[in-house]
Amino acid sequence: MPMKLLTFKGGIHPPHNKHKTKGLSLEKAKVPDLVIIPLQQHIGAPCEPVVKVGEEVKLGQKVGEPKGFVGAPVHSSVSGKVAAIEKRPHPGGGMVLAVVIESDGLDTPDENVKPKEKLEDLTADQIKNIMREAGLVGMGGAAFPTQVKFSPPPDKKIDTVILNGAECEPYLTSDHRLMLERSKDVVNGIKAMMKAVNVEKGYIAIEENKPDAIKAVTEAAKGEESIKVVALKAKYPQGAEKQLIKACTGREVPSGGLPMDSGVIVNNVGTAAALACAIDTGMPLVERIVTVTGSGIKEPRNLIVRIGTPFADVIEQCGGLEDDIGKIIHGGPMMGIAQYTIEVPVIKGTSGMLILKEQDLGLSQESPCIKCAKCVDACPIGLMPTKLEGFAQKGMMQEAEEYNAVDCIECGSCSFVCPAKRPLVERIRLIKADIIAERRKAKQA
Amino acid sequence: MGYGNLVVSSSPHIRSEETVQRIMLDVIIALLPATAASVYFFGMRALAITLVSIAAAVAAEAAIQKIRKKPVTVSDGSAVITGLLLALTLSPAMPLWMVAVGAVAAIGIGKQVYGGLGSNPFNPALVGRAFLVVTFPVHMTTWINPVDGVSSATPLGLLKMEGTATGYMELFIGNVGGSLGETSALLLILGGMYLLYRGIIDWRIPAFYLGTVAVMTLVLGADPIFHLLAGGLMLGAFFMATDMVTTPVTRTGKIVFSTGAGVLVAVIRLYGGYPEGVLFSILLMNTFTPIIDKYTRPKIYGEVKQS
Repeated sequence: MPMKLLTFKGGIHPPHNKHKTKGLSLEKAKVPDLVIIPLQQHIGAPCEPVVKVGEEVKLGQKVGEPKGFVGAPVHSSVSGKVAAIEKRPHPGGGMVLAVVIESDGLDTPDENVKPKEKLEDLTADQIKNIMREAGLVGMGGAAFPTQVKFSPPPDKKIDTVILNGAECEPYLTSDHRLMLERSKDVVNGIKAMMKAVNVEKGYIAIEENKPDAIKAVTEAAKGEESIKVVALKAKYPQGAEKQLIKACTGREVPSGGLPMDSGVIVNNVGTAAALACAIDTGMPLVERIVTVTGSGIKEPRNLIVRIGTPFADVIEQCGGLEDDIGKIIHGGPMMGIAQYTIEVPVIKGTSGMLILKEQDLGLSQESPCIKCAKCVDACPIGLMPTKLEGFAQKGMMQEAEEYNAVDCIECGSCSFVCPAKRPLVERIRLIKADIIAERRKAKQA
Repeated sequence: MGYGNLVVSSSPHIRSEETVQRIMLDVIIALLPATAASVYFFGMRALAITLVSIAAAVAAEAAIQKIRKKPVTVSDGSAVITGLLLALTLSPAMPLWMVAVGAVAAIGIGKQVYGGLGSNPFNPALVGRAFLVVTFPVHMTTWINPVDGVSSATPLGLLKMEGTATGYMELFIGNVGGSLGETSALLLILGGMYLLYRGIIDWRIPAFYLGTVAVMTLVLGADPIFHLLAGGLMLGAFFMATDMVTTPVTRTGKIVFSTGAGVLVAVIRLYGGYPEGVLFSILLMNTFTPIIDKYTRPKIYGEVKQS
């Protein structure tokens, strides 16, 4: 049945490059000898460790408790002994305090890990509590604490939950395989989410380049009147929150606002599946699907990896690296973060590990802007990246603010299309951060 | 395995294959049919003018960059386009040394004086042509007929001075008096189609430029088809009003720019002292480009209504 494809204005068409892994079934990765559990894997306040060095821990046991409201606990992904609590390199950049655990190889589960009640018997507050206790965060990469998303202030009326199965980042196939192989979990997850905020309208949105996933999820959602599976045009950044909301509901999140200001909560399909799993088994978020791919890895795979597994272990299980490695990226090629070491661990927001050979980096010298307007046409927000970059380079903060630099979602479409190879988003990101810092200062004063 | 050399740079980690050089190459390719036609109609003189103009433009760019101790960037192809475009606006009777002077002026005062590629407010080829019009007015208005090679006026000149109209078919094919490249509407449209297909130019510019000229001339009682086909309008519509550097970047801005240029062409042709208005219509609108961009900013996602 041909479906009407939903989409947004602007955007780009980078090569999908998903062929290497989209046909590969999920496989469980080896349990590592050592896991590194950073105490901050989410947006918000970091966790305090709740275990001590030398202490025995079990699989699924909480090892870090968040200090503030905006946070999510972290759990041990193995059973074993705490070897150290120290600063370790973090895939998001910098050094972050982490609980390092030596595995005993037994995977003895924690006594708190037991199936919850059936969804029908759970109340909204109980579901939110499960979200929190399971340490759920947005698994598409941004890692915003899920329970916080589901606790909007009382004056914000939420009427729609959208599951993001767009997976518009090139190369990545983890959501694709999840929707294909665990479609029931995805549907159960959105049902629980809809119940948590008492809404009647749910969308599961998937890009058209994954027809098998659309079919599988549609099948799994059969009989669920309130859940609509919709096909999206394959275009980047289709999976960006604001663009997704526009495509599904026709609504726009007000400039400077949050999705809840338009009555919507958006979650990644992986988060929904993790919630379903937490209800069914009681197991918190201790593993996730990671697409390991790119020209620089010998055997690309879709692996189910324990949180905290060092990149090096994952690489080894994928046949190792090719020669002339240029970049190892946490996440996808458009918004992922380049790593300087493979000692960093897989965290809750690790959707992929992209390893590119040097020849595929497309590094080239920037040349003057010729005002071709490709960035203006590509910007999904309707900004003028060429102008903003000029302001950024000259430090013209006031002008950049007037041209809405703060609305930039940092999707990188402008840098991608630029024929002069200018690092547009990189510079806009900097002036955007300056403006936000300045506003904060003004507020305090 | 060498993790020592990992590149750590900001996202995105992939780039499109499009380059400035490729864009310039596409523009050159698009101009080739019209250039070849000029050689066919006007003979080797046309070829000589084209080559001298390109060579002088490239040499001027390299020399100025050398003097300013800047990297020499002639390989980007932009100076080649300036030279080629200038040549296409010149009369086949133009002495070669004057051609060279025009090309040097185009690059020098049209482009490099502002800092080079991307910084110039005016279309460099048109600056070169304007320079020649005021410096060598006689040579810039002496035209020859491609059929017999004797001097004759352009179709627009004939209409303005003697009230004689030239047939549509002759204008369309290009077998008429005029500058090297502005004679054959057919081949210029062909080149323009190629640029549209390659995504180099925005359809809005030729559509609104040509559309406005047609509507204006019709309303003012002139022959719109004649005015569309005659003179430098096609060359201007597809290759000069579409110059990326000197025209607006917003979609609405492109419409404003080309509509304004269209109005100017009609007014100059019908009421002005010059038979042709394309040159000044584009140069004049170039001056408005920054302000057009400023007032035609796209609507941003989630924009709050100003109250």
